[in-house]
Amino acid sequence: MDTSFPIKQIVDGKGNLIDETYKDHLTKDFVHKVYKKMLFARMFDRKCVNLQRQGRIGTYVPFEGQEAAQVGSALALAEDDWMFPTYRDHGATLTFGATMVNLLLYWQGRYEGVLPPKDKKIFPPAVPIASQLLHATGAAIAEKKKGTDRVAIVYFGDGATSEGDFHEGLNFASVFQAPVVFFNQNNGFAISVPMSRQMHSKTIAQKALAYDIEGVRIDGNDIFAVYFTTLNAIEKARRGHGPTLIEAVTWRYGAHTTSDDPSKYRDQSENDIRREKFDPVARIERFMKNNGMWDESMEELEQTASKEIETAVKEMESAPPVDRNHLFDHVFERTPWPISEQKERFLQLQGGNNE
Amino acid sequence: MKTATSVKQLTLIQSINDALRIILEENEDVLILGQDVGKNGGVFRATEGLYEKFGEDRVIDTPLAESGIIGTSIGMAVNGIRPIAEIQFFGFIYPGFNQIMTHASRIRSRTLGRYTVPMVIRTPYGAGVRAPEIHSDSMEALFTHMPGIKVVVPSNPYDAKGLLISSVEDPDPVLFLEPMKLYRAGRKEVPEEKYTVPLGKGNVLKDGEDVSIFAWGAMIPLALKAADEIESEKGIHCEVIDLRTLYPLDKTLIKASVEKTGRVVIIHEAHQTGGVSGDIISLINDTETAFLSLKAPIERVTGYDVPVPMFSLEDDYLPHVQEIKQKIERVFYY
Ligand SMILES: Cc1ncc(C[n+]2csc(CCOP(=O)(O)OP(=O)(O)O)c2C)c(N)n1
Repeated sequence: MDTSFPIKQIVDGKGNLIDETYKDHLTKDFVHKVYKKMLFARMFDRKCVNLQRQGRIGTYVPFEGQEAAQVGSALALAEDDWMFPTYRDHGATLTFGATMVNLLLYWQGRYEGVLPPKDKKIFPPAVPIASQLLHATGAAIAEKKKGTDRVAIVYFGDGATSEGDFHEGLNFASVFQAPVVFFNQNNGFAISVPMSRQMHSKTIAQKALAYDIEGVRIDGNDIFAVYFTTLNAIEKARRGHGPTLIEAVTWRYGAHTTSDDPSKYRDQSENDIRREKFDPVARIERFMKNNGMWDESMEELEQTASKEIETAVKEMESAPPVDRNHLFDHVFERTPWPISEQKERFLQLQGGNNE
Repeated sequence: MKTATSVKQLTLIQSINDALRIILEENEDVLILGQDVGKNGGVFRATEGLYEKFGEDRVIDTPLAESGIIGTSIGMAVNGIRPIAEIQFFGFIYPGFNQIMTHASRIRSRTLGRYTVPMVIRTPYGAGVRAPEIHSDSMEALFTHMPGIKVVVPSNPYDAKGLLISSVEDPDPVLFLEPMKLYRAGRKEVPEEKYTVPLGKGNVLKDGEDVSIFAWGAMIPLALKAADEIESEKGIHCEVIDLRTLYPLDKTLIKASVEKTGRVVIIHEAHQTGGVSGDIISLINDTETAFLSLKAPIERVTGYDVPVPMFSLEDDYLPHVQEIKQKIERVFYY
């Protein structure tokens, strides 16, 4: 099966273009744009890990190593498409329009953090594994019914393919030919469980066969392979030709979450090899240098990113205190009596000084 | 001949690990399965060292699927194995709910006792540890309402070990809820050897004649603190009862305590409506001698009828000592 689903690459680890058909698409402007987004994602992620260590945010889920998969796929969407992320996909949501400050507030355990800007269709990150595949399929079916050409993209990990919801999502999308892209990030592990233990199948892409939808396997650390494959799938869906399953093969360098210790279950020296050979950010830098696209403006980007991140952190830390009404006021449109009475009791307990 | 019992100082999570080791050593038919329970030793380290000691055929890392874990456990259990399934967090048991509700809990009834499901589902539950979304649910009442499964909740290292061993030896399915907040809340003396704490039996943690407090799991430290404070501040003597098993409830103990005090406060972190407190109140109502000895309406301190919030609001969601003390005073001075 792995031979039926070869890993598609456009630029290799050394930054060499290996698929010449894309040569004209890789303009300097485009390359600079994707590089900037990736760099911002990486620096934001690192900042969050540090903030967690300093106790300024709660448990955090890092995505370093998966920037190409997340940024490349998100860039392929049109402004008013739908995105259904998981708890690890803030590289994708950030690229698609989520604000840094709200992402930070999310990791501070605040409801505001779930919200994207008003005009962005970004669903709250799915925490129960694989549940979101069905939501994306449903949203896509709704767009089809409304007669729009909008599509939905949904993110999930290798572990998610074991849940029933994964299979139900693919099957529903197949039966109803929903305009949805199933974007799998195969980062090798579901917490401690390696892919080889998660499934006997050699690839995730091959699971598409059973539902008679297209399955593609790509180098998830090659942002160009990610971008153009996702774009193809999205355009196909827009034209009414149904769903696609994309398996982006990647790697997370860090822990599963900041509460996890990966040295318990894997050889951490693998990270160094991966960083050297397959790093998504280093690869695009090499590509730019190989092709005369690297200039000083690239070096200034780090500072720009830093500034933007620091501003967001300040904004998070000067955010107004958590509004305790959030506990009660949004369970129903019209709050029924048990909750109103409980809220009243709560406010009395707080000494009435709780707006 | 019995030698003097030696004891160890263990946290609640260590005592669970200790119980699991003893059970695996003693009974070849027992095995553990779940997500990250093997090589990783569990995300809370409940199964630490067991994979190394008993091998991958007895401490099994499964694919990421709760219906799969519980459904295959049922198949194993009817076929001579004693599975201990771990669900990583209580909030992720829902994909397995169908298997528990439609099979684990009723195969014995459906087959007039021919097929049985002696399995344990262990899972960490509860709020208060700043966990991410959905990791803090306390939905025990879904399962006390479900006919055919027992529900057990330890609140200290000693009970955790004894109750877990009893649960594995029980001939029927048991949901074993582990209060996450108490996993490392302190060490207590735990005998090294095997012992059991019976299911269906509560425990009087503090004697008192004025007010009965019923609680379980992570609410126990709050109940004890409230009882101590109100005793020194107001001279009110509370009897604090750790129910330990939520189905079946310890009717004898509840009845005796209510008849003695005539005043009751119930505490749970689960949502109020449909919470187990409702069953305790019904039990008192249905036990005439207990009901007639009441001197005040029963009070309860519970979580609200709202989803367990993101962690910036979880302290506001959870019961507090202050609130418990107010309720104690209310029933006492009624
Ligand atoms: C239904 C459900 N079960 C268990 C968990 C606990 N959990 C959180 S992340 C995770 C592993 C997910 O692995 P994968 O799908 O590969 O995605 P990754 O985290 O590697 O991005 C598990 C088991 C959960 N969130 N939801």
